[in-house]
Amino acid sequence: MKRNENVSRPVSRRGFLHGALVSGVFVLSARFIPEPLWAAEDEPSAAPFEPNLWLSIAPDGTVTIVAHRSEMGCGSRTALPLIVADELDADWSRVKIEQAVGDPKYGEQDTDGSHSVRSNFDLMRQVGATARVMLISAAAAEWNVAPKECTTEPHFVLHRASARRLGYGEVAAAAAKLAVPKKEDVPLKPRSEWRYIGKETNSLFDLSDIVTGKAVFGMDATMPGMVYASIEHPPVLGQKITTYDDKAALKVPGVQRTLTIEAFKPPHQFQPLGGVAVIADNTWAAFKGRKSLKIEWDTSPHAVYNSASFRKTLEATSRQPGKVVRNVGDVDAVFRKSGEPGVKIIEAEYYAPHLAHASMEPPVAVAEYREGKVVAWAPTQNPQAVQETIAVVLGIKKEDVTCHVTLLGGGFGRKSKPDQVAEAAVLSKKLGKPVKVVWSREDDIHFDFFHSVAAMYLKAAVAPDGKPTAWLQRTVYPPINSTFDVTATYADDEMGLGWNNLPFDIPNHRAENGPADYHVRIGWLRSVANIYHAFAIHSFADELAQSANKDSVEYLLDLIGPPRIVALDLKGDEAEDAKNYPLDTARLRRVVEIAAEKSGWGKRPMGKGRGMGIAAHRAFLTYVATVVEVEVDSQGQVHIPGVWTAVDAGTVVSPDNIRNQFEGAAVFGSSLALFGEITASNGVIDQSNFHNYQLTRMNRAPRHIEAHIVQSEAPPAGVGEPGVPPFAPALTNAVFAATRKRVRELPLSKTKLV
Amino acid sequence: MIRFKVNGKERTFDGDPDMPLLWYLRDVAELTGTKFGCGMGLCGACTVHQNGAAIRSCSTAMKEVSGANIITIEGIEPMHPVQKAWMEIRVPQCGYCQTGQIMQAVALLKNNKNPSDQDIDVAMSGNICRCGTYQRIRQAIHQAAKYQAAKGTA
Repeated sequence: MKRNENVSRPVSRRGFLHGALVSGVFVLSARFIPEPLWAAEDEPSAAPFEPNLWLSIAPDGTVTIVAHRSEMGCGSRTALPLIVADELDADWSRVKIEQAVGDPKYGEQDTDGSHSVRSNFDLMRQVGATARVMLISAAAAEWNVAPKECTTEPHFVLHRASARRLGYGEVAAAAAKLAVPKKEDVPLKPRSEWRYIGKETNSLFDLSDIVTGKAVFGMDATMPGMVYASIEHPPVLGQKITTYDDKAALKVPGVQRTLTIEAFKPPHQFQPLGGVAVIADNTWAAFKGRKSLKIEWDTSPHAVYNSASFRKTLEATSRQPGKVVRNVGDVDAVFRKSGEPGVKIIEAEYYAPHLAHASMEPPVAVAEYREGKVVAWAPTQNPQAVQETIAVVLGIKKEDVTCHVTLLGGGFGRKSKPDQVAEAAVLSKKLGKPVKVVWSREDDIHFDFFHSVAAMYLKAAVAPDGKPTAWLQRTVYPPINSTFDVTATYADDEMGLGWNNLPFDIPNHRAENGPADYHVRIGWLRSVANIYHAFAIHSFADELAQSANKDSVEYLLDLIGPPRIVALDLKGDEAEDAKNYPLDTARLRRVVEIAAEKSGWGKRPMGKGRGMGIAAHRAFLTYVATVVEVEVDSQGQVHIPGVWTAVDAGTVVSPDNIRNQFEGAAVFGSSLALFGEITASNGVIDQSNFHNYQLTRMNRAPRHIEAHIVQSEAPPAGVGEPGVPPFAPALTNAVFAATRKRVRELPLSKTKLV
Repeated sequence: MIRFKVNGKERTFDGDPDMPLLWYLRDVAELTGTKFGCGMGLCGACTVHQNGAAIRSCSTAMKEVSGANIITIEGIEPMHPVQKAWMEIRVPQCGYCQTGQIMQAVALLKNNKNPSDQDIDVAMSGNICRCGTYQRIRQAIHQAAKYQAAKGTA
């Protein structure tokens, strides 16, 4: 059985590089990072063994592949090595995975934006294929035959003409001495020869360790001689300590001392919030000691934050013209015809609150500062951000920060922000010993980087045939950029998240964004602004369908219009993406048709209180349509008997894992649609744990979820996030079908259905 | 001095009697398969067995386990039918909650050899999975019931 040695316990960890330098080991050390990725980084080292140790082959044939992305449940840690193994023609049961530390030599390492496979598919193929070519060359030299006469089967080089074969381990040492071939001399397998990519049999590398409790998450990381810390953070963002009294805390058995952590200087970025840390012999003593702290905090400008009044501000802004982020034709010219025969105006406003990530594993990290250097173990989506943040906070070089990555007990975007790792490093420097910082669930919910609250205003002019001739949409919310720039009020960088790319066939269209101030830390949450943007757009589409008395699926297909590439006015990365991943309405139509067909749309009688709704949204370059069926009982409680999702994510690596992602996205979507709401009163977050920030449990979860993957040879797109956005509008559209009540606000619990 | 057993081994504890069993298991006994999720018995990530019954170790104080027989994920028979089913159905995503889910499911199947969907809802709704693997958990429990039945008749 494969042992999970890479996400090993810090104490016993054996360095990969150290092991690889033992003689007889093949180490593929070529630099494969594409040039553009290097451009943003420091000049890479020219030392031959420094950059990019992607794989090694030991004399016993063990292949070790480096996973440079984090595993938070999406399967990246398995998928990328699997791609390497396929092109290498390795036997997967003889593959070990070594988790990379944070290091720019691996290129970008932020496991977010649903792009681990998308951005690394070609690279991983090239890594595996290059090593295969070198192994073939070595074996051919040994046999004194031409390499082109040789082939491979898992873990062996073959020379069929002479019926000879050599194991990868047997030729590894010779292969290691060869020059790395040029890219053009490295053929990739045709799809028909893939052994692992796209196969149903793929399962998570860490599966066995997970079910036996051996898997090492951040919560399980230890360092010799470490102490535990629990931190009382300022209740309101930006508050600082005036005075504090730790006398009672120090009397708690197991508490060693208290220490203060300095508050960040704005912008907060990923820096510690500041506060008072209780240092103890174990986690419980630290938690208990904290309860006895008496702290006075100063005032903060963010103490004005009250969710109810803030909502009014957002909504008022959404009724005013905003910054234009996409314009087609002239919506105003059409709207001016309001009142004329044949022009019907429909307006609606939608609102969605803050959300918290609430990963099952709260933020946690262990770090040791020694002689100007830091070693940290953390469940992080972004180990390079750990390096950068600790470097800034402690005033050391980022190269002097080593960040080991454990498995993540969920991430959903929260664990791209390493504030808790920086806290551990700061405390370790003050104490002179390793420190494990453990956040409670209350800390996690109070001090998240919240998914933003948003207000959206939509207006359409509808022709007598029911189709819109003009569509205006305006979104207003505190932008993620406020985390990096205190003056940021527009969500410029986020418009690609479902706002500047409406795929509908409407001659006049304008998308706008209005300004909003931040008062809490704002961050990415699984599918980000797509959540509220899809909610508004697909609720509104359904409102238009209902107003035209049309079937929702037929109307949606009409709105999407004929198969075509949608013209978009994009810049930067989005423009680059659009070249390789044009917005293709044929693919969007297809997922709509599949989801409708699989759900039995229009073919199954819906009794009283039952109904179906649909939404289709492209996010992270993946096309998704979701049909939700609901049953609203006599108490107004919503049950979800079925969810049918169709996914076109292009080429897929592990289909069963992708179905798991989309099943999970339906549950994640149901949490936010049914219950999800974070509010603030005078700058303090009102929710604290799972009793008042509810997540979907088994008894409220969709009872039956089907995820259908469209077979495609298109380049791979995202799978971790894109299942989430269509869920909420499909659900609320189903609620309308069941009850004739239109839900324009999330969560659903805010709307009385009976 | 509190005396009790963990996975069949005699243990003693003379620290803070209010310390939850969870933190004893994790920080003192170094049995880290049992997870911290909420500290209030709301999520089930910390589920272990006390004298055969599933309990939330985060809200069970050490003084309450005096004389008890505690079993953690590390103490169940290796490749229990529930774990086998979990692997076959490929339940986990991130995996953090799954040891708690498994311990809850093991307790359910001990008392109910062939649970209905309704029985599974009742037994499992105290265990949150943020990744949303409930459909597979349900499937795996049905599967484990079959494995268990086959084993019983073998």
